[in-house]
Amino acid sequence: MAGRATRSLLSLTIAASLALGADAAQAPPPSSPAGGGAPFAGGRPFATPFGVIYSTNITPDRPPPNHLIPPLGFRPLLASWQALSPRPTSPEPPGLDAAGRRGAELVAGLGHCGSCHTPRNSLRAEDADRPLAGAMAEGWYAPPLQADSPAPAPWTTDDLETYLRTGLSDHHQAAAGPMGAVTRELSQAPEEEVRDMAIYLSALMSRANRPTPVDQAAAAARAWPQGAQIYAGACASCHDAGSAMRRQGRPSLAVGTPLDEDRATDVIMIVLEGLTPPEGKAGPYMPPFADSLTDAQVVQLTAYLRARFSRERPWKDIPGAVRTARKGAP
Amino acid sequence: MTILRLNGSTRSVVSTPETPLLYVLRDELGLRGAKFGCGLGQCGACTVLLDDRPVFSCLTTLGSVGDRAVTTVEGLGTQTAPGPMQRAFEAEQAAQCGYCIAGMVMRAEGLLRKTPKPSEAEIRAALAPNLCRCGTHMRILRAVRHAAETTS
Repeated sequence: MAGRATRSLLSLTIAASLALGADAAQAPPPSSPAGGGAPFAGGRPFATPFGVIYSTNITPDRPPPNHLIPPLGFRPLLASWQALSPRPTSPEPPGLDAAGRRGAELVAGLGHCGSCHTPRNSLRAEDADRPLAGAMAEGWYAPPLQADSPAPAPWTTDDLETYLRTGLSDHHQAAAGPMGAVTRELSQAPEEEVRDMAIYLSALMSRANRPTPVDQAAAAARAWPQGAQIYAGACASCHDAGSAMRRQGRPSLAVGTPLDEDRATDVIMIVLEGLTPPEGKAGPYMPPFADSLTDAQVVQLTAYLRARFSRERPWKDIPGAVRTARKGAP
Repeated sequence: MTILRLNGSTRSVVSTPETPLLYVLRDELGLRGAKFGCGLGQCGACTVLLDDRPVFSCLTTLGSVGDRAVTTVEGLGTQTAPGPMQRAFEAEQAAQCGYCIAGMVMRAEGLLRKTPKPSEAEIRAALAPNLCRCGTHMRILRAVRHAAETTS
């Protein structure tokens, strides 16, 4: 059973990695995919701390060479890195059934959720002591998927399965950043495998100590009047009670995970870049505000949103986080 | 009262700071070029330039404009003396009902100010936020290419 699950998700994972060249065309990193974003042409640049690595081109055209810090381009060195960096094992919550154990296998292996959600050690390998504890990836913060999950609403198996397959769930905000592409690919995966992953991950997050959803509009407006003005004119038409989006069943910002995270990164990235599925692909949409809001205005808005929709303490150094996020934006 | 730098001149307006720029332009200043399509940043009919960058004026508050220069389609030319982008849209007969066109013109103007000789892929990516329900996209693309070729 696990073998069959593994094989079918394997083919999908390969397809997803290759197709990333196309998916990434919507918001290309500084240099566009060398393959022009064509499927299977690869060439998508990944800026890593070691240098730029390009996804593999499996068409007959030549791929661009990787630009790694010397001597990391010398491939035999990888063997010693691998020897020093054992694969992290998945945490096993008590009471997992067979489906949950299959989910654990898929999450740790082919789903490779830890590539983004697990922090890295000094060798930039996944830290085996902190699996799925939350980490920075591609300029975004991939939040913890275990007991440290900051999600204000519980991630039930049903919620998580729907989210992984559509990028949306009735009780959480939409998938943003690199997670958008993940959910678009998982929409093509066998349902029962996504279900198994949802069973496992919801068990991992089930004992999280959740923040209570709040809406402290008046106090937030007193503290951040400019942020409140921007919210009223730029955000409320979709996100306030009674808006068209809310009437269609989308939840309040109070239940979104980013506003309860321990850093402002994701909120800032969502404001700047919005949610923009690649041309011709379905998915949740939000317009980008990078060109209409100045850095100071993004700071005001971010601080207002945190004060309004979270009981957690205010974020420190939002201006610094905005400057960092801008460097990654076009 | 807010001072707006608009189409090369300075205007003072009395709308409150949280008012979307689109309403200020249309209702207070009587500039009806930018259109209300969805009010949600999903259609692009309201597109104007803020310091040469195209933005959805329906989701840009008056208070957030600050000292950035606002350019609307009225700022590109007049009926008797249309600007280069407007002439290109006319030459290619890119409008059908015309509702999206002011937004398309401004989105295209923003592209050429940043990238005077865009590739086909750059034109398509830049115009992606703007929708045309009549389906004149191919003529709109021709108009943008036309403008890029005839201006230097």
